[in-house]
Amino acid sequence: MRNRWAVTLLTNVIGWGLALLWISPLIGIIMAAIRPVEEILYGWWNLRSFHVTFTNFLYAWAGSKGTYPLSKGILNSLIVATSSTVLPMLAGSLAAYAFARFTFPLRRALFATIAVLMAIPQMMVAIPLFMLLDSLGLLDTYLGLILLHSAWGTPWITLFLRNFFMTLPKELEEAARVDGATDLQIFYKVILPISIPALLSVVALQFTWVWNDFFFALLTMMSPEHYVATQCIVWMRGKLHTPWGLISAGSLITMSIPVAIFFILQKYYIKGMIGWMIKG
Amino acid sequence: MVRKSILVFLLPSLMLLSVFVIYPTLYTVWLSFFDEEGKFVGLNNYFKVLSSRETVNLRRFPFKSPPWGTLIHNAVWIAVHLPLSLLLGLLFAVVLRNIKGASIVRGMIFLGMVMPMVVGGWMIRFMFDKDMGVVNALLRLLGIKWLANKTWTAWPEYSLIATILGGVWIWTGFSMVIYMAALSAIPREYYEAADIDGASALQKFFHITLPLLKPATSVIVVMSVLYELKIFDIVFVATRGGPGASSNVLALQMYDYAFRALKFNEAAAIAVLLTLLTLGPAIYIARSAVR
Repeated sequence: MRNRWAVTLLTNVIGWGLALLWISPLIGIIMAAIRPVEEILYGWWNLRSFHVTFTNFLYAWAGSKGTYPLSKGILNSLIVATSSTVLPMLAGSLAAYAFARFTFPLRRALFATIAVLMAIPQMMVAIPLFMLLDSLGLLDTYLGLILLHSAWGTPWITLFLRNFFMTLPKELEEAARVDGATDLQIFYKVILPISIPALLSVVALQFTWVWNDFFFALLTMMSPEHYVATQCIVWMRGKLHTPWGLISAGSLITMSIPVAIFFILQKYYIKGMIGWMIKG
Repeated sequence: MVRKSILVFLLPSLMLLSVFVIYPTLYTVWLSFFDEEGKFVGLNNYFKVLSSRETVNLRRFPFKSPPWGTLIHNAVWIAVHLPLSLLLGLLFAVVLRNIKGASIVRGMIFLGMVMPMVVGGWMIRFMFDKDMGVVNALLRLLGIKWLANKTWTAWPEYSLIATILGGVWIWTGFSMVIYMAALSAIPREYYEAADIDGASALQKFFHITLPLLKPATSVIVVMSVLYELKIFDIVFVATRGGPGASSNVLALQMYDYAFRALKFNEAAAIAVLLTLLTLGPAIYIARSAVR
């Protein structure tokens, strides 16, 4: 009995020890963000003098010598990420329903194509997309970046929701059809309401991915007032020395949104990540 | 019978995909076969890229320090990053299974996956800094001074391995979560039956747990290889591919060719090569998704 108790204690100590060691780099940037730079210069773990300051957050938020205000970047990221979540969710869920329920020519081939598209590197489309957006006058605009992200998110959303729709019983739809409902009515009155858990997974993952993206933003957003949050923190690199306080504060502000989404929607987040990969 | 409404369902996503994914993909393939003046040159761009020392540098690999060329760097990424993040993920999944506050601890380790990779890039620079870096402080504690007194990302000998180890830190949460899901799906009865037969903890691990984790392992391998091939953000921020291209990777090389040097056709060839490399894992995912 006592032996088992000792084992439990030991596992807990090892587990927590490993985890704390693992996240020490994160503790480091928190320390660098909330303490004056002189205090962390020779190690943030040095706690002999410890002062808390929020100037780094203020400077990061409002912008300071040579950096772009993160307040604007966060706003841009919100606009882009929200639209780029709603749009592909609409398009993807419609297509997913068709793949799950209807028969039509080339269905399997189309679906397989969409599945393969999911893994293509962003670099494969970079040059033509740059030219295309340029000729459409959409370079350096919200709409351009939103369209890119929406198209990019559509394959995985289609795949994920199709697999979810396949698990739904057909009886509900058949009852609605007897009542004379059209396909579209069935889709948004019967299917969507019972799919809210799956849609939450889509929201959690797609929003986070778009929020965290850097490459597409780097490709399309050129003027500082259009920079998204990830661009702002990348360009915080200083000329002579690296402003670690500023970078750390900016990083914490930027990551707080996806981290909040993760903790609020954890169940759906994990389900979404595992759902379309493991079931098969 | 084909419904008329099928178009309403399919058209929005097919339009998005064909304009912003399929057309540009095909156009990149097209570009890779032409030179700047629009003359067809066959596979010439591919020969140029593959024979360039920026891509494969056999004068330095494997006996001298990097740069070894982007293609080799990506291969090193796979060779080092894949086994490390896989094993660490498994270790965390097993160790953190039955501890108090397991969900908090798991959340902490998973943070690397949730934060933007550009933040991960900055953290790599920070954790390998000679004065402020926690890795260097640990090394100093262990008495490994010669390695501790360098900012890793600033030295060609260490920049590649620093980005890779940082990548492990970012990605391990992924394999941990997949392994955790797989572990919780194993029926308890298996272990109870083994207990009755008097099996030891190790025997149970190797004869029950490990074989049943095979599907999870293949998912992790496939997704990790994709990640390692496409790696861009963290290298861009942590080292910008340097110093002296010593930590450069294919994706960043493609970006620099296209948008710094404006060599669109050679950049397109790199993009195609990169995509060809991802095709294996991509088809695996597609097959398991289509079923």
